[in-house]
Amino acid sequence: MGRFRDTSSSKEIPAISTASLPDIIFMLLFFFMISTSMKEVDYKVGIKAPEATELVSLEKKTLVRFIYVGQPLPKFRAQYGSEPRIQLDDAFAEVSQIENYIVAERSAMPETDQDLLTVSLKIDKDCKMGIVTDIKQALRRAYALKINYSAIQRANSNL
Amino acid sequence: MSKKKVPEINSSSTADIAFLLLVFFLMTTTMAVNKGLSRRLPPPVPADQKTEDLKVKERNVFVVLINSENQLLVQNEYMGVAELKNRAKEFILNAKDDPNLPEKVPMDVEFFGTVMVTKDHVISLQNDRGTSYSKYIEVQNELVAAYNELRNDLAQQKWAMSYDELNEDQQKAIQKILPQKISEAEPKNYGGKK
Repeated sequence: MGRFRDTSSSKEIPAISTASLPDIIFMLLFFFMISTSMKEVDYKVGIKAPEATELVSLEKKTLVRFIYVGQPLPKFRAQYGSEPRIQLDDAFAEVSQIENYIVAERSAMPETDQDLLTVSLKIDKDCKMGIVTDIKQALRRAYALKINYSAIQRANSNL
Repeated sequence: MSKKKVPEINSSSTADIAFLLLVFFLMTTTMAVNKGLSRRLPPPVPADQKTEDLKVKERNVFVVLINSENQLLVQNEYMGVAELKNRAKEFILNAKDDPNLPEKVPMDVEFFGTVMVTKDHVISLQNDRGTSYSKYIEVQNELVAAYNELRNDLAQQKWAMSYDELNEDQQKAIQKILPQKISEAEPKNYGGKK
C-alpha cells in the first residue's frame, strides 16, 4: 500500500519532543506563585514561632505591620549580643522606637484603613515575657490595639 | 510566484526562561502563611490618671497567673495547662448557676430569644516578666480554645453545624451569648527575682 512508509529506508529514531516542557515549568511556576508569599524582610533575628491550635490567618497584607523579636543571628552577635532584640523592617530597634514606627506607618496608610492596622508580633518562643510586655505597652501608647501573636499550627491539642 | 515558507520560531529556550522565573520565585518567597492568635489590647491609660481598678465582682473574675517559673495559678490553685481549658469552660458557662461562678443576666439575642448570659465575666491573664513566651502563648491558646469549643457546642446544638459554617448573623448571635473576654492586665511582678 502506498500509504505506509517504506520501512527499510529510514531507521533513525525521532527526537523526543520538548515542546511541552515550557508548559510544565510554567505550571510549577504558577503553583509556587500562588501558594507562597513574598518575604517581608531579611531576618536579622532568629525566630521559631510557638505552636498553637486556635489560629486565625491575617487576611489583608496591606493592613499588617510586623515586629520581630528574637536572638540576633550569629553574624550579628558580636555587635548586638545574644539577648533577644527587636527588629523593625530591616534594622534592629529599641522599644522606644516602636511608638514612632507605628505612628509613622499608620500615617502613611490611607485614612480609611488607619483603624484597621494590625500589628503581627513574630516572637521567638524562647523569649521572656518582659520584652513582650514592653512592646505591648508601647503598642498601647501608639494606639495600635489590634495585635496578632504569630504562631504555627499544631496538629492536635494534646498537651 | 514561489511561496516562501516562514521559518518557525525556535522555542527551545522558553523552558529556560520559565526556569529562571521559577527559580526567582522560589528564592524570594516563603511558604509560611501568616497565622496567629488575634488579640485586642486595652486602650492606654492617660499618664496623669491614677490606675483605678475597675469594680468587678469577685465571682465574675477568673484569674490566671503565670509566674517566672512558668507555673500556673488558677483561681488560687496550682494547675497544669491541661486542666485549664475545662476549668475555663466551666467558668464561662456557669451551667448550674453556682453562686461562686459569674452571675447570669437575661439578654435578648436573635434566633435564641431571651437567654441567661454570663455577660460580665472576665478572664484575667497575668504574667511575670520572667515568664517564657511559649508558655504564655500556650495558656492564651487554651483560653481561646475554651471559647471556641463552647461556641462550637452551641452552634451544633442550635443548627447542627460547626461555628465556622454559620452565616454572619448567626455567628454574631453566638458571640453575644459567649463574648470573648480575656483581659491582659497591666504588667506586674509575680514571684522570682527582679
